[in-house]
Amino acid sequence: MSVTRTLATARRVLQQLSHDRRSIALMVLMPSVLLVIFKYVYYDNPMVFDRIGPQMLGLFPFIIMFLITSITMVRERTSGTLERLLTTPLRRVELILGYALAFAMAALVQSLVSSAVAIWLLDLTVRTPWVIVLFAVLDALLGTALGLLMSAFATTEFQAVQFMPLVIIPQILLCGLLTPRDQMVDVLRWISNVLPLSYATDAFNEATVKVGFTEDMWTDAAVVGGYMLAAITLASMTLRRRTP
Amino acid sequence: MGTSRYIQRMVNIAQASESHARAVAIEVRDLVVIRGRNRVLDSLSVDVPEGSVTGLLGPSGCGKTTLIRSIVGVQIVESGTVQVLGEPAGSASLRERVGYVTQSSSVYPDLTVAQNLHFFAAIAGADSAAIAGALDNVGLGDTADSLTGNLSGGERTRVSIAASLLADPDIYLLDEPTVGLDPVLRRDLWQLFANLATGGKTLLVSSHVMDEAGRCDRVLLMRKGRLIADATPDELRAQTGEDDLEKAFLILAERPAT
Repeated sequence: MSVTRTLATARRVLQQLSHDRRSIALMVLMPSVLLVIFKYVYYDNPMVFDRIGPQMLGLFPFIIMFLITSITMVRERTSGTLERLLTTPLRRVELILGYALAFAMAALVQSLVSSAVAIWLLDLTVRTPWVIVLFAVLDALLGTALGLLMSAFATTEFQAVQFMPLVIIPQILLCGLLTPRDQMVDVLRWISNVLPLSYATDAFNEATVKVGFTEDMWTDAAVVGGYMLAAITLASMTLRRRTP
Repeated sequence: MGTSRYIQRMVNIAQASESHARAVAIEVRDLVVIRGRNRVLDSLSVDVPEGSVTGLLGPSGCGKTTLIRSIVGVQIVESGTVQVLGEPAGSASLRERVGYVTQSSSVYPDLTVAQNLHFFAAIAGADSAAIAGALDNVGLGDTADSLTGNLSGGERTRVSIAASLLADPDIYLLDEPTVGLDPVLRRDLWQLFANLATGGKTLLVSSHVMDEAGRCDRVLLMRKGRLIADATPDELRAQTGEDDLEKAFLILAERPAT
């Protein structure tokens, strides 16, 4: 594996993003704007914001990176650039890692800004803020991995966008954001137990009340990381060199 | 300048007429490609000699792109073999030695020309100092900082060609690189192809414009997934008694299959 080719891919993806100033602005500022709205919707009931606010910090990078990745990959497939890349010495793992690296950096910036706004401007109580940022980046990588995988099933950008409700919304409903997971009926809790976002959400809950990196957080990180690797492995198998 | 180019070209043509003695760079045997119910390539066999410009001509939809994709090794084939530089098409070791320029310009529209070329240079392990030279070769020296998506179709194609030049492959597979270019640019590009061949590179260049056949050392004529001629332009003229290659193609296409 070549570090040079991986870094060149990451740089290329970030350069593409840098030409799209509006997307950058949306990506960096939108989560903070939504948090402000959320804070004042529940102004009379600050408990709600304190419980759900941290989890939302993880949701934004997850959703946005899923969308961006699946659309970019569909573009690579339909424009012929992917076919060309697969005929060069660039290896599939280098391509995927390049993407992951670029979007992880974008997610890091996004989550630093939105965490700072949430903690300093909106007085969100978080005991271990760096865990929030860490899991936000992990969530972004999970979104990137799932986006890479789902892009294989989309032939147009229009289809890619519509995978969002299919892959993301059930996870949001079941991750414990709306109702704590232990209050769900058994069947829903079982399903929620096998969805990666549930573990990421648990970690955000932990980080608000506990100091440092707890043992449960290791478990959560391992589950999110495991899903990420599985999705990336499956995705790399969908990047076929030979097509009809 | 003009004279030396002319001499180079003549030497090239003289060399090509001895092409039977040359090593074979690409060897296709009994290649069948089926897409849906169509036999896109129907038991096609052909040799492409090393160090020459071979034109792949024929109407749209005759299977030119499919043949090129088979040689690159990205096409699922039904049966038959494709050997490139002695190895099966698509082998990992060929990825540094074969440059593929697709019909649609496969470069990133949301990057500048220079950013595109820096990326493809890094992928190919090429020196980025070669970028200016590659841009000059395709006549795009002054567009380095333009956004690729803002260029015309012909300019984007040339960015795509420049990206493949950076990798300095032994074999160039160029799918309709001259579509939509003005005559001056077309002439310059064909001159570039001839220069590359003089330097020992093998080029397979497809086109649906018959008058481009005259610029090739050797011409493969395709129709409906089959090869209907494999000859030098002069041999084609002699076989058909037509000076105009477009008319020669018509005669060959209407001849009963042998």
